[in-house]
Amino acid sequence: MDPPMDFQVVVLAGGTSDKLSPLVSKELPKALLPVANKPLLSYPLELLEASNLKNIIVVVEGDEAATQVESWLSVAYMDRLNVEVVKTPGDVGTVGAIRAVAPFLISTDILIVSGDLVSDISPGAIAATHRRHGAAVTALFCPAPVSGGADSSTSGGKDKAKKPSRCNIVGLDPTRQFLLHVVSGAKVEKDIHIQKRIVRAVGQMEIRSDFMDAHVYAFKRTVLLDVLEKENLYSIKQDVLPYLVRTQLRSEISAKKENSADESSNGATKELPSEDININSAVPSNQNLRWLSQHREIAPSSYQDIHISDCDKNKSRLAKKTHKCCIYLSGKTQYCARLNSVQAFGDINRDMLGEASRITGYTFSAQNNVVHPTVVQGAKTTAGGQCIIAEGTILGDKCSVKRSVIGRHCRIGSNVKIVNSIVMNHITIEDNCTIQGSVISSNVQIQERASLKDCQVSAGYVITAGSEYKSEPLTKR
Amino acid sequence: MAQKKGGKSAASDDPEELARMPLQAVLLADTFNLKFRPITLERPKVLLPLVNTPMIDYTLAWLVSVGVEEVFLFCCAHAEQVKEYIGNSHWGQSHAGFSITTIESNFSMSAGDALRFIEGKNVIRGDFILITGDTISNMSLTEALQAHKDRRKKDPDTVMTMFVKRSKPMPLTHQTRLGNDEIMMAIDPETKQLLYYEDRFDSSKRAVTLDKSLLADNASLYLRTDLEDCCIDICSPEVLTIFLDNFDYQHLRRHFVKGLLHDDIMGKKIYTHEIDSSYTARVDNYRSYDTISKDIIQRWSFPLVPDVLYAGNRAQMRLQREGIYKAPDVTLSPSVRIGAFTAIGSGTIIGENSSVSNSVIGELCTIGRNVSIDGCYIWDSVTIEDGCRLSHSIVCDGVHLHTGATLEPGVILSFKVEVGQNITVPAYSKVSLLPQPSKQDSDEELEYADTNSGVIDSPSIASISPANIEHDHVSSFDTEQSVLLEGGLSGVGYIWTSCETGNEEEWRYSVAPIPVEKLKEFYAKMFDEDESSSDGEQTGITHSGELISESKSTDFDDSDGEYKGDVSKFEKEVEETFERALGGVAEENVQLEINSLRMSFNVTHAECAGAVFQSVIKSAIIASNSSKSNLLKATIDAIERSKGLLSYFITNVDEEIEVILKFEEMCMEITREFAPIFSSVLHQLYDKEVITEDAILKWESEKADADESDKVFVKQSEAFLKWLKEAPEEDDEDE
Repeated sequence: MDPPMDFQVVVLAGGTSDKLSPLVSKELPKALLPVANKPLLSYPLELLEASNLKNIIVVVEGDEAATQVESWLSVAYMDRLNVEVVKTPGDVGTVGAIRAVAPFLISTDILIVSGDLVSDISPGAIAATHRRHGAAVTALFCPAPVSGGADSSTSGGKDKAKKPSRCNIVGLDPTRQFLLHVVSGAKVEKDIHIQKRIVRAVGQMEIRSDFMDAHVYAFKRTVLLDVLEKENLYSIKQDVLPYLVRTQLRSEISAKKENSADESSNGATKELPSEDININSAVPSNQNLRWLSQHREIAPSSYQDIHISDCDKNKSRLAKKTHKCCIYLSGKTQYCARLNSVQAFGDINRDMLGEASRITGYTFSAQNNVVHPTVVQGAKTTAGGQCIIAEGTILGDKCSVKRSVIGRHCRIGSNVKIVNSIVMNHITIEDNCTIQGSVISSNVQIQERASLKDCQVSAGYVITAGSEYKSEPLTKR
Repeated sequence: MAQKKGGKSAASDDPEELARMPLQAVLLADTFNLKFRPITLERPKVLLPLVNTPMIDYTLAWLVSVGVEEVFLFCCAHAEQVKEYIGNSHWGQSHAGFSITTIESNFSMSAGDALRFIEGKNVIRGDFILITGDTISNMSLTEALQAHKDRRKKDPDTVMTMFVKRSKPMPLTHQTRLGNDEIMMAIDPETKQLLYYEDRFDSSKRAVTLDKSLLADNASLYLRTDLEDCCIDICSPEVLTIFLDNFDYQHLRRHFVKGLLHDDIMGKKIYTHEIDSSYTARVDNYRSYDTISKDIIQRWSFPLVPDVLYAGNRAQMRLQREGIYKAPDVTLSPSVRIGAFTAIGSGTIIGENSSVSNSVIGELCTIGRNVSIDGCYIWDSVTIEDGCRLSHSIVCDGVHLHTGATLEPGVILSFKVEVGQNITVPAYSKVSLLPQPSKQDSDEELEYADTNSGVIDSPSIASISPANIEHDHVSSFDTEQSVLLEGGLSGVGYIWTSCETGNEEEWRYSVAPIPVEKLKEFYAKMFDEDESSSDGEQTGITHSGELISESKSTDFDDSDGEYKGDVSKFEKEVEETFERALGGVAEENVQLEINSLRMSFNVTHAECAGAVFQSVIKSAIIASNSSKSNLLKATIDAIERSKGLLSYFITNVDEEIEVILKFEEMCMEITREFAPIFSSVLHQLYDKEVITEDAILKWESEKADADESDKVFVKQSEAFLKWLKEAPEEDDEDE
């Protein structure tokens, strides 16, 4: 990793999010929450590694969380990735987190990835799109989940509409490459104001409400640093991105810096022609074609005209400063989710067992499950399809496990039913328990004949014998 | 072919349509605007020649080609001429391919009136095509008609399919090509339903506001500025009923389409049909006349081209190399140079060494020697003597240009005008034998189109005062005699002034190409507009003081109860009413009118009183000719004159206070010239018993704890207030 890397990646790993209580705690920060028995943070990191993006800064909120993440990283990734951990105080927002790492940012472009992203979309493809357009910012958007607001960053308990939840409103150009308008947060529910000149620039703007911001952004470093100087910014999603999109035809980002950045990026691209080719193949081919055809035409749209003319008369008085805001839309078959609520935690775990099992990296057996060879199963115990049982776990007789994840070194008694649940590590479940649709954190002890339905149990909790719980979070005092 | 398919499918399962319906069309042979004046004073627009064939022929030929069987030709202005033309042409004959029925109405002022009139005739039985007589098209209807019928079957609330055509999404292109403005439409990508429509009358706002419900119902929509309205619609019979029910709908797009889209109460839906390869354009102004003529010569409108479509009784023009059309019996001297894309009608004679390029010359014209004609439209029987130079002008029938006359770009010479020897007609002049109507008698609503022309028209309408118009009249030609006047012009005809947009805006719709510097200006303005928008979140804020009133006046379209904008609109309306009142309308009528305005705008009594008072004060400014010395006197006169009106509207103390506050506000903002005489006027109001002592004192006490800056006028009136406070005591003593 000696030469300065082209893309630096900032992973925002968060701290101990309130939204995920009672699952997270000081002992178990969000980044290390097990998803299909792997820490959450390992998903974005592996994704980045797959795209050969190895220069990574992980930002963690809070001291203890940072220590934990750091120690985990040093074991798991030290030899594979060039990872640094930077800690920030809590509650500074995503912009605050970036401000904290700003001194470390040296490469031309910065990729910002949310640490709770579980996806199989190649960050390399996003980086390539960004580079190809010379964009100021490129954002990843994926189709919004159809039921329930997984992305309920504004309010916790949104009513679950049957329609796709409206997370963002985006405006796209006809080729779906440029982000022309974006609304997020509470403004989504209001009337939409769209600047005419931007519609005029493209002639045809597609406005969609069924895409969701996936919290993966590629920024030009100079742009990012310029924006960070502004005040009153808190969130990248709600402040920085809308700001850049809004000002894309009258950019206030200083031209001088831009030019120098362009030069350096030109230099950089010269060095890396091979990566470019690689990256192109990662982009869906039709988009690639579109891009090519667009470049062959002399003036495909006036939007391009504006950009072109901008380059031409950069020095003239009439020069309009512009910057490009691009969008990378994930394909329908690609998986993309953010783990930012208890609901999402359950959903993503289930998805890992089912439709998105490819992301986990496990090989599923003929029974469509993953049972570690060290697992001991008692007589007549069955592990059904879509199950993961990790090493060292012992199951008693006549147990039944369906569509569930069971962590390491759990001891499960006889005649226990576990359905649709996530059981973390070092858990003791005594005989005749029934666990449905629940999340059991590590070191929990469940005494015999207990019955849990749709509960979240915090770490170290003891559930007394014969007790019954329904739809409750159970937290240790 | 078109109607066969449509008819078949309709007949298959709809019992009502079992008896195959003939396809009907309503052709509006009147465009209800004044853009082609002065020519249209003498001849209806639809009969104006477009490459030597009246426009209506193109429209009718298209209607025949798409299989229309019954045409209802609605004529209003110059109805006899239209009827006579149709009667004499082959369209009226039985072999024309369809039956044509003229409907004549003399009192229709708008397309809305026309449709209401047609509804009254009870002739429309099914879906019909609505088209104006100045639309040139060669598109096929089959697909759209079928789609419309299918939609109707699924959803009876479908009332209209609008044809739209893709164009380059730059206002600049719209301006340079057809001289029209951009339209912003929101269209559902799946169903093609039209969800939002905005034309230039809202364009003073720099952002589009889409209602949140639009996205709630549709996951995605396209916002487009790259579409042109073809002005051809397929309508269901309900359209007529809707017009009947909403008797205030005048304009097809501005009222009908927007009305349906913004008031969901009716639940009626409008769809669009995008055409791509075929040609459609509407002759809306002189610029589009120029563009479309060129398109026709260049055969974009095939088969509607001069050598195919010709129904006159003289020899037909034939196409030669380089896009030159020539009738066989044209007499050209050997030294005549004919440039590319030129059409020369039958019987025309052109003398030695003349050159013609990019022009259309009608029939039986006589053109002398050494004449140069570039980019002109010369109609029939025009005489051009030696040495004339014409560029980018329209010359109507029977015009006579004497030796050495020059027409600068953009000149319009109406019928039988004469231009004297060596006279230069200045650019953008419009000359007619008929005098310009001194007062615009047209419906204000129609004029709206030209007066309120959006952001780019910077000169305000108000700047052209009536006096200005009068002045220009004096300088017009003397009729009948070819005498020299102070302008150095001789000939026959009046020069019309363009009172609508002002001369500086003439380039916009002129037949002449837009001068480079104007284009630059236009382009720069487009960007300045962008520049000055400080923040995308703050929408609808105008960037220069001048435009504020305009932007406010356009606000009334969002009828969602934003009364803020309504009040200023209301004030404007009251002002206009009041101006009319000065013209001699009886006071009771004015009272009635203002009262009804008050109700329709839903403003309070106090606001109404304020508005009336404001109008009075403004009339005083006009009367004073903006000289300060006269102002007080003019104000006193104005108050005296309108005393009755004021006392009718100002009935209680609250309203009186409102009036004082209004006056104060005016002195600070719009009519600063009143600031020095505030207290004198206040005194006058008191003397004339418009405002009582109570109100004045209350006003003072209300202002007692206001900011220092707000108390300027209180201080100014201190003496008067003091006198007021003392005066009643004297009164008491008297009693």
